[in-house]
Amino acid sequence: MSLSADLCLRMYRDMWRIRVFEEEASRQTGLGTVQGALHMYCGEEAVAVGVCANLRPDDYLLGTHRSHGHCLAKGAEMDRMMAELFGKAEGSCGGKGGSMHIADLSLNILGANGIVAGGIGPATGTGLATKIRGTDQVSVCFFGDGASARGTFHEGLLFGSLWKLPVIYVCENNQYQQWVARKNVAVVDSVADMAASYAMPGVSVDGQDVTAVYAAAGEAVERARSGGGPTLIEARTYRFHGHSLGDRQEYRSEAEVEHWRQNRDPIKLLAAYMRERQWLGDREDAEIQSAVNAEVEASVAYAHGCTDPSPEAVTADVLDTAWRVTQ
Amino acid sequence: MRTMTFRDALREALHEEMARDESVFVIGEDVVAHGGPYAVTQGIKERFPNRIFETPIAEAGIVGAGVGAALAGMRPVVEIMYLDFITCAMDEVVNQAAKMRYMTGGQASVPMVIRLPCGVGRLLAAQHSQIMESWFMHVPGLQVVVPSTPHDAKGLLKTAVRSPDPVLFFEYKRLYVAEGPVPEDEYVIEFGKADIKREGEDATVIAIGPMVQKALEAGIALEDDGFDIEVVDPRTLSPLDVDTICASVAKTGRAVICEEDSSFAGSGAEIAATIAERCFHDLQAPVVRVGSPHVPMPFAAPLVDRVVPGVAQVADAVRRVME
Ligand SMILES: Cc1ncc(C[n+]2csc(CCOP(=O)(O)OP(=O)(O)O)c2C)c(N)n1
Ligand SMILES: [Mg+2]
Repeated sequence: MSLSADLCLRMYRDMWRIRVFEEEASRQTGLGTVQGALHMYCGEEAVAVGVCANLRPDDYLLGTHRSHGHCLAKGAEMDRMMAELFGKAEGSCGGKGGSMHIADLSLNILGANGIVAGGIGPATGTGLATKIRGTDQVSVCFFGDGASARGTFHEGLLFGSLWKLPVIYVCENNQYQQWVARKNVAVVDSVADMAASYAMPGVSVDGQDVTAVYAAAGEAVERARSGGGPTLIEARTYRFHGHSLGDRQEYRSEAEVEHWRQNRDPIKLLAAYMRERQWLGDREDAEIQSAVNAEVEASVAYAHGCTDPSPEAVTADVLDTAWRVTQ
Repeated sequence: MRTMTFRDALREALHEEMARDESVFVIGEDVVAHGGPYAVTQGIKERFPNRIFETPIAEAGIVGAGVGAALAGMRPVVEIMYLDFITCAMDEVVNQAAKMRYMTGGQASVPMVIRLPCGVGRLLAAQHSQIMESWFMHVPGLQVVVPSTPHDAKGLLKTAVRSPDPVLFFEYKRLYVAEGPVPEDEYVIEFGKADIKREGEDATVIAIGPMVQKALEAGIALEDDGFDIEVVDPRTLSPLDVDTICASVAKTGRAVICEEDSSFAGSGAEIAATIAERCFHDLQAPVVRVGSPHVPMPFAAPLVDRVVPGVAQVADAVRRVME
């Protein structure tokens, strides 16, 4: 499968946007402007970007606790995301959600999720809604390898397959589940193998190779849009940082992390792929990176200029108080 | 007396109970690595290598395994990493563990402890900050235990491990680092026995979990107003020591009930109703409840500060009942 230079450049820029956004968010945590937990996506950018490059704005996306990348790749506004991390009223969720709950319903980004596997059932349900309405949107649900242990994974995939729903279940197998290696708590290595239990296609791809992710997701999206039902994609990947900021990472070696950073960085791999084809030179590369840096800096400036949520915000949004049923 | 932190007191209780009884074992996510996020199960792997199980992320599986092991005569101590995730195992708690003894006409016993780190800690918003004591109070067959000090944490956990019936053990995250005296000699604390944390004459403040410390601080501030409060810590919400609570209210004639959770249909509601039923003629002022508004936990710090009740709210409530 051949990809165009334009598409690769776009994906390259999108991966950088995620990388720099997160590194800045992590720096802001150090400064105390961002509070709460940050689950860094660095190292896994090719998964979100490769999948989302196949999506339309009206396709549904459901994420995880590690979803900055998913949201940015689907088109969420960086300024408002940074403002959300700052806990500001202008943030994506008005300062009510924070890192683990970023959402933008105008782009059908139904949200990051603080509950492992929490998105799998709802993603199946967006697929059901699409089927009932007869439209051709697809739903993408990202989740970690740890999520495949939960009952809701089983139930969601079963429903998806039973009703041939247009859902792409994307497992980001980064080999760790918080502070435990997957191999210590799992009985199958590849999550893709679990698809067989649901009579659904299961594919495993190199999650560091955005072109491979793009191709696998493209096939799954095509199948889903044309009524062929769901797919389980396992992207083999790696997180460069700890589970969340402050993790001492005693469960893995520095050498292992270094190996992935040096040899398996999805951004470096795509840069090499494009340079080989003369799609990317030093000048373009520098331009892309400085544009991304400027965008991220601007998001921080934006967040600094935002306001704290008003005290009344505490009790707003629990229920739709404007709604009334009258005789 | 020596002092130690709440978390160290819990850890000591676990170690002692595991040494005393070979049927006690620990099961949960990341309980070996760092001893869980709050380091309570630290050192157990080294000392009791065959009695600690680090699990997949599967709360229904964890609690389900606990129920079965308990039915088969073991004493599991289950850790749910954050209380919020217990909702993923509600069938196992509510339909299985809680009802076994009754449904089998008294044949079955489920001696299981479920440890639940709860409440606001770092700012982690709505899915990592809940409390839910009253959910479980409402289920017959469960015991709901809420320690407020390192001393009580140790004694209550030891009792929980020995209990023949399931215990939901609430550990407020912000209490883990609290320090307090803990005797060297072994002790246990009976369930259903409230503790008077401060004696006073003018008003009874019934405080749950972290509200106990806030009530004690309010008590000092209120001395300037000339008010001498009594602070009653129920320690277990189910069973609930109605007698101690009502005796105190009969003495003072005034009651303030404090919890960190939403007061709407919360644990304080049961206490308030009991006071209304039993102490109506003793009351010199309406009962006042202190709790959070009926909202999910927000993320932004200024919003969180408006949700979690503090010392000032307790003091204000006492001033109201003293009017
Ligand atoms: C139901 C539930 N159980 C436990 C947790 C705590 N927790 C948050 S992330 C995580 C590890 C998730 O691992 P994985 O699914 O592989 O995703 P990764 O962090 O590797 O991206 C755990 C245990 C949770 N948020 N929800
Ligand atoms: Mg993982």
